[in-house]
Amino acid sequence: MTTEAAESVEAAGVAPAADPGFLQRYGASIEYILIPGAALVGALGVFGGFIALYGKNPLDLYFYMYYGAFGTWFSWQNTLTRAAPLILTALCTALPAQLGMVIIGGEGALLIGALAATSAALALQGAAPIVVQIAMVIAGMIGGGLWITLSGGLRQYRGVNETISSLLLVYIALAVLNHLVEGPMRDPASLNKPSTREIGAANMIGTIPGTDVHWGLVFGLVAAVAAYILIYHTTFGFAARVAGGNIRAAKIVGLSVGKLILTVCFLAGSSAGLAGMIEVAAVQGRTNANLAAGYGFTGILVAFLARQNPLAIIPVAILLGGISASGGLLQRRLGLPDASVLVLQGIIFVFVLASDALYGRIGFLKGKS
Amino acid sequence: MADASLGLWTVPLAVFGGAIRVSTPFLFVSLGECITERSGRINLGLEGTLVMGAMSAYGISYLSGSPWLGVLAAGITGALFGALHAGICSLPRVNDIAVGIALMLLGTGLAFFLGKPLIEPTAARLPAIDFGWWSDVPQVRAALRINVLFLIGVAIAPLLYWAFKTTRWGLLIRTAGESADAARAMGHSVLLIRLRATMVGGFLAGIGGSFLSLFYPGSWNEGLSSGQGITAVALVIFARWDPMLCLWASLAFGGAAALGPALQSVGITSGYHLFNAAPYILTLAIMIITCSPKRTLTGAPAELSITR
Repeated sequence: MTTEAAESVEAAGVAPAADPGFLQRYGASIEYILIPGAALVGALGVFGGFIALYGKNPLDLYFYMYYGAFGTWFSWQNTLTRAAPLILTALCTALPAQLGMVIIGGEGALLIGALAATSAALALQGAAPIVVQIAMVIAGMIGGGLWITLSGGLRQYRGVNETISSLLLVYIALAVLNHLVEGPMRDPASLNKPSTREIGAANMIGTIPGTDVHWGLVFGLVAAVAAYILIYHTTFGFAARVAGGNIRAAKIVGLSVGKLILTVCFLAGSSAGLAGMIEVAAVQGRTNANLAAGYGFTGILVAFLARQNPLAIIPVAILLGGISASGGLLQRRLGLPDASVLVLQGIIFVFVLASDALYGRIGFLKGKS
Repeated sequence: MADASLGLWTVPLAVFGGAIRVSTPFLFVSLGECITERSGRINLGLEGTLVMGAMSAYGISYLSGSPWLGVLAAGITGALFGALHAGICSLPRVNDIAVGIALMLLGTGLAFFLGKPLIEPTAARLPAIDFGWWSDVPQVRAALRINVLFLIGVAIAPLLYWAFKTTRWGLLIRTAGESADAARAMGHSVLLIRLRATMVGGFLAGIGGSFLSLFYPGSWNEGLSSGQGITAVALVIFARWDPMLCLWASLAFGGAAALGPALQSVGITSGYHLFNAAPYILTLAIMIITCSPKRTLTGAPAELSITR
């Protein structure tokens, strides 16, 4: 913020006059809320226009979207249930972003995490549920973690672009999953939908008392807060941000960039792997192709909309969880295809990226220079 | 219908036929991306463009009865997506890789949305030329039924190679990709050059998509493209931004992608899904072998964000 901000603010007469330094101090933070918010409103407007061309009333659309996402206690629970994996897959993009890396393979880490967690549960059948659950968490996190570490390692040691390699690994993960659930791990009783055997009702992680929202939401919240503390309040996070800002400076001050990349990628992948474990242990109860529901891809959007900030990911994930929760209602009440949620997500993504051009350019937040 | 007398020869023959059939989308997307990347920008959104191209080609072919109008529509759709990508990237401080990811999601979403009513009906397909008339063996004839789009793609590769090397347009695109400042100093608008390069790239990628829905596999459904677009983008990198190498690499990829169905046709089904992942594994393997952490790739346009 420039020093002239205060005067121009008074001249414009927008800010609270009692505290002329207000915008000077918080202008940047206001931008981080105002600009993505405006992008969101713009995207909703365009989507409404698109729906109008399709012959539906945009006002109905907005109403049902609100109603299906946040209108009732039932829809809130649906929204929060979907937000849980989104928080975790968004972290898979947001953590490497601190190092300047663009990882878009959260979907792959989610699938591998789900497979690893299911394998752990099936191997430990008969053990106490708490033992099985802990083993599932560990297995899911290690599986997903190693999957993204692969992309990080290839970037660090072979110079392979991490964006492309992580996306290729999504397709490879999907092939591995399909191979295992239709072959070696298939439950012979699953006829129409090839699946693994069930992990057992006793081993499911259940719901938060008084709600239908499973404990995965708490996992997600804890992970997001932990990631925030790690990035902004530890030496490790500081080192990562230095390396992300200027890799040569980081090398000069003696940071081991390779180790940073591998560790951050492991944490990122383990977070998406945990999302896979949650989907198995709280929703599906087994691994099958249903797990490839696109949480990994929506997570990329969540991370970008939250500007890669782990705390901001929480409300953004709830918002996008709400949009996807309202998809069913849009299908039933307005007769829109199920892909309409994807279209809206795509439009939001485009608007959010285009709005990057606005930072530092909003007159009343910046002041004349 | 495996001919017993052919035995295991069925597999290489099917891989050969597959290399020609399956490689066409790879070829068009990689040639298109080659033009875009030579101008200094990367468009990861071609996966979405491919799917949009497939959907619009099928839709227009169904409505008009002419598959070639469908191909044209796919190209125009692709060019519009290219223009959208270039337009957003022209704004200051916008990352072209991120825009690509966004358009990948938007393109697939929009194609699924608009393509919902197209899953049932059957559209007119593209014709094929029968180069196997001399043979009595059905597998040979099947392998040599070649689509015109493939031949067009094969012709575009050397044409592009020549154009990059000798024409004014080729030089302009390469200048924009090597040094935006130099292009500006010569009085050209870098943004305009990149806009055109991205639109042409999108046009070709859209046509690649039309091949998917109008020839092979030859129908529209939501699982039509699974990563061919992104694989083709990776392919450009190890083809060293050389259109002729793009052609050979696409053929290799088509062969790899045909391996799963070919093995299935002789009764080897156990690793079906793993063989289907062959193109992705191959891409990753080649990228691991050819990339290096120490130097930028030879032939890489200096302005490209992915190699800097």
